[in-house]
Amino acid sequence: MDRKIDYKKTKKRLDGRKMDETRPLSIKTGVIENADGSAYLEWGQNKIYAAVYGPREVLPKHTANPLKSVIKVEYRMTSFSVPQRKRPGPNRRDQEISKVLGEALSRAVFVEQFPNTEIGVYVEVVDANAGSRVACLTAASVALADAGMPMRDMVAATGVGKAYGELVIDLNKDEEDAPDAVDIPIAILPNSEEIVLLQMDGLLTRKEWDAVAKLGIKGCKQVYEVQKKALVNKFELSEAKGKGQATKTVKKKAVKKTVKKVKK
Amino acid sequence: MRDTVMEYETAKVLKLAREGKRVDGRALDEVRKISIETGMSENAEGSTIVTIGKTKIIAGLKIDIGKPYPDNQDEGSISIGAETLPLAHPDYESGRPSAQEVELARVVDRGLRESKAIDFKKLCITVGEAVWVGFLDFYALNGDGNLFDAGSIAALVTFNNAKLPKLDKEGKIILHEYNGTLKLARQPLLTTFAKVGGKIMVDPTYLEEKASEARYSAATTDDGFISAMQKGVGGSFTLEEVDYMIDKSFEIGDRIRKQIKQVK
Repeated sequence: MDRKIDYKKTKKRLDGRKMDETRPLSIKTGVIENADGSAYLEWGQNKIYAAVYGPREVLPKHTANPLKSVIKVEYRMTSFSVPQRKRPGPNRRDQEISKVLGEALSRAVFVEQFPNTEIGVYVEVVDANAGSRVACLTAASVALADAGMPMRDMVAATGVGKAYGELVIDLNKDEEDAPDAVDIPIAILPNSEEIVLLQMDGLLTRKEWDAVAKLGIKGCKQVYEVQKKALVNKFELSEAKGKGQATKTVKKKAVKKTVKKVKK
Repeated sequence: MRDTVMEYETAKVLKLAREGKRVDGRALDEVRKISIETGMSENAEGSTIVTIGKTKIIAGLKIDIGKPYPDNQDEGSISIGAETLPLAHPDYESGRPSAQEVELARVVDRGLRESKAIDFKKLCITVGEAVWVGFLDFYALNGDGNLFDAGSIAALVTFNNAKLPKLDKEGKIILHEYNGTLKLARQPLLTTFAKVGGKIMVDPTYLEEKASEARYSAATTDDGFISAMQKGVGGSFTLEEVDYMIDKSFEIGDRIRKQIKQVK
């Protein structure tokens, strides 16, 4: 990218956003019929499917934990989701992201209620433009709630950092490629503000960190509002359909409970 | 537990099949409702979501510059990959491509390639040096049988709508700029049948596949050619049965081709 770009002068970002403005975010639940819970998320150009299966039998067996359910996240990208074709199959980056996403979600779900089981969380990026891991975490959290999983809170995530001399929220690809780019994926439990995911690449001063951390928490809370809306929408939709099947009713109640819990 | 349920369900499919009926009430030669959407992935040179009943897949094409094969100095190439993501069904597992996935991709590939719908000579940039290489990968998002036909429709539609990348003066791809499309010479489509309880049914669901003793697919074109066939699973077909399925493939293929023509 052009080294002459200076956000301090332009006051606006390359795509016209304000420094603290996130790209448009929308989330829909119940998109994968076979799954116990699922979500489709669009965040700027990022497009993500998330599906939850479980709690179910752990495979391979030796990975079971007698005290709690193991959340197994698989973060993947389709070969065509990036400008340069990605070779199919998980690479080291996918494996690391899967690990940290699983750890973040484990804090939100009451995993101790389902010992010796696994909860499979699968996230697939079908179109990407920076920030796909936080988009996946946001979608996965909604899918877990959609599955009626007992949760102490949602996990809301965003990217935050620095590009072209300014602290910004939700960096896009052009900004991630800035010479001074700092990228910080952050996720919190919005009600307690516990940080459950935090990564960083780049150079920041202590002062900049203070400001950017605040910006991140503010951003996560905005994301949380969209997550809640997606769940309330689902509940209202199934209500409108008036489906009387027992399983649907149970699911609806579970969702309602989750929404209430997160609202507190 | 799942196995017991599965056994019960497949027994039901078999019992109904012997009476010439199907669990979802379809006629034996009736295809489920098909819907086709395109252009969801901005980073892909073409992308398509196909749903057949509850089966849903996403396909995307990446086109890159490659070296021609030594024996075909003036021809580009295509390659097709298939993945049954664990996101799409509780029985799908991740890991190295299974034999099923390899067969699925290869049968879809053959139907398209052998029909000579794509003129590989037109994919030549500089003889002996640079050619276009198309990678089409498709992924199950929700699995309910007949991924063969879903993959075939998605592949055909994606190639029909594919954009060729634009090159700069040094012969490098300019991202997100395009120069023309691929013109397909004909429109090949697979039609897949399962033999269940001695009866032949088109477009099998996941349960019908589980209950089937044999599977057969034929790729037919709009101008009266058969471009590929594949028999699968342990059982057998009589020649009369194969002839019946070929006739049906043309009939059903023509109907789906009409629907594809409406796709933008």
